Amino acid sequence: MTAAQWIGGLLVFAGIPFFLLGTLGLLRFPDVYTRLHALAKADNVGLGLVCIGLGIQSGSVALLLKLMLIWVLMLIASATAAGLIARTALARGLRPWGT
Amino acid sequence: MTELYPFLVVLLLLNIVVGMVRILRGPTAADRMLAAEMFATSAVVIVLLMAVVSDNLALIDVALIFALLAALASVTFVSRAWSAMAVGEPGRECKDDERGGTP
Repeated sequence: MTAAQWIGGLLVFAGIPFFLLGTLGLLRFPDVYTRLHALAKADNVGLGLVCIGLGIQSGSVALLLKLMLIWVLMLIASATAAGLIARTALARGLRPWGT
Repeated sequence: MTELYPFLVVLLLLNIVVGMVRILRGPTAADRMLAAEMFATSAVVIVLLMAVVSDNLALIDVALIFALLAALASVTFVSRAWSAMAVGEPGRECKDDERGGTP
């Protein structure tokens, strides 16, 4: 196996724990704001590591750019959703945990 | 290393199954929507890994569509199903989240 295969594989394997920890945070955190925080990690870091890893493994620049496009789209989706949901929850009177 | 990817797919599917608990419990509709977003992200990763496993590059386009729909889903949820306008006066603890919002 070439070095690119190993580096890409390691990046993919490094990304999966972020999803497991994101689910753990989604289940264990006390309110919607803290759950948003846990979810953002899974969305941004986990998917980013997997996309970069698969792109490096594929060895083609076009595929790497397409995977980066997927990642950037999910970044935009995640950031938009987090802002909108947190703002709406505040406007609806949900109190943040501990206040 | 690629031959281990099916196990990662199974792991992510189990991850989704565990995340369903939040959809069952989550007190507000937003908690359920957050779980659904987590499923969308996991689905993108599963489809990407399956594209490599089955050597079918068309699945990467499927993942691209999933990523586009994830953005639309959350914005639609906030603007239609869970908007701040539906509550009445703001600043009050709302108990009516179980209905899933007003039409």
